[in-house]
Amino acid sequence: MSGAAVALEGVSVRYGAASGLSDVTLAIGAGERLAVVGPSGCGKSTLLRLVAGLEAPGEGRVNRGGLQRGETAVVFQTPTLAPWLSALDNTALPLRLQGVAADESAERALSALASVGLADAAQKRPAQLSGGMAMRCSLARALVTRPRLLLLDEPFSALDDLVRRRLADDVLRLQAQIGFTLVLVTHAMEEAAYVAERIAVLSPGPGRLAAQIASPGPSPRPAGWRDEPAFRAVVESIAAAMSASGVERAA
Amino acid sequence: MSGAGLARLIAPVALIAGLLLAWEAACRGLHIAVYVLPPPSAVAAAVAASAPGLLVSALTTLGMALAALLVAALFAWPLALIAGLSRTVERAVRPLAVTLQVTPVVAIAPLVVIWSGLDHPGRAIVALAAVVAFFPLFSGVLTGLKSADPDLERLFDLYGATPVQRLARLRLPSAVPFVLEGLKVATGLAVIGAVVAEFVAGSGGAHGLASRIVEAGARLRTADMFASLVVLGILGAGLHAATEAAERAALRRWRGR
Repeated sequence: MSGAAVALEGVSVRYGAASGLSDVTLAIGAGERLAVVGPSGCGKSTLLRLVAGLEAPGEGRVNRGGLQRGETAVVFQTPTLAPWLSALDNTALPLRLQGVAADESAERALSALASVGLADAAQKRPAQLSGGMAMRCSLARALVTRPRLLLLDEPFSALDDLVRRRLADDVLRLQAQIGFTLVLVTHAMEEAAYVAERIAVLSPGPGRLAAQIASPGPSPRPAGWRDEPAFRAVVESIAAAMSASGVERAA
Repeated sequence: MSGAGLARLIAPVALIAGLLLAWEAACRGLHIAVYVLPPPSAVAAAVAASAPGLLVSALTTLGMALAALLVAALFAWPLALIAGLSRTVERAVRPLAVTLQVTPVVAIAPLVVIWSGLDHPGRAIVALAAVVAFFPLFSGVLTGLKSADPDLERLFDLYGATPVQRLARLRLPSAVPFVLEGLKVATGLAVIGAVVAEFVAGSGGAHGLASRIVEAGARLRTADMFASLVVLGILGAGLHAATEAAERAALRRWRGR
């Protein structure tokens, strides 16, 4: 499987007494699907920025395994689209920033949009897209550079249930096709168990690595996977690990 | 016009009509001297009597205000762009810009009149109105340049955008709504500045609305003063409506709906 490996070794980041990360050691395998769960303020987003190379750790080392610029893509909590650009131009933006010619950028952006089912909306502006469509466009923009590492920072949290389930399936389908390494940061345990094959549980801030839980099974997930006893068991063990680390179980 | 649009118009029109009626009735009933408070009918007659002159004066004031806006933009926008690109320049320029903003225009008027030549009050008026219009233009661009979505900024970091790419593809387009808002405020201020400056600087050759007010005042022709005020009010309100419509149209283009 092609992809990138990122390793955090004894990483600490301090913002205040109860935030940031404390002594986190975590290796992400090439082509792996990892979810990072934890309560708000446990340093999940900090961890994501470290993995993305957007931030340097206070202590410890982040080994990004020779990832080049543009081989890492991030999907943020909100779609983060430029309102003055069409869906197509938004999707083409990373390529344009890397100096790819306009024609080729547009062509590749259109095929990225098609891969998330948005080919028909290419000329629409973000204000004309629904929340789910805007997030799909954001996903297309992340994939347009064919990244080896895709980071998702609670990308579905503002969407309604049905839309977030469809997006989770889309991400898994694309991951299986392209083979990028996937890191999903979320506070939703079920989403973590569904999308990832391994879940890292962070304790409340400053975040420590409290537990690591495997979520085996095929990917993309077959229909009805959420009702499988094996899947429910994974969700329950995430919940147990979060309770044990001092987090009140989310309702 | 839609029913809702008509309903929105009724309230202000009814209020103005009511006020005018009360004013007319008060003048007649209380026998107020015409040089103290002329009734609306006398003001209307004064407007009608000197309509061509009022129109020329209104256009003169409007021309001064727009010229001032142009001059102010020519200074404010490039300066704000440079300040937006360099923290050092911003720190250097900001106190001066704020000082300029809080200094009353009438206080610097005598100086500007001397500098622009005593026989060129027109230049002085444009310069003074430009000073008044400067700040919203300046801070519109400066605030706008810093208003880009922080996650989009991160995205530009991620793909190693050059400073030029960041300016052209992120910060300038993000600034558009703020620049438009600054332009709208500055347009209103430029008219106020042009009137105030004409009071202070005198009018010389071209007579704006302010000089008509001063002249009418000196002769106790109160109805003529009101006539100029009415035209000034219409000019201000019309310009405000026009800039607001332009801003809305531009924003619709910017965000595609």
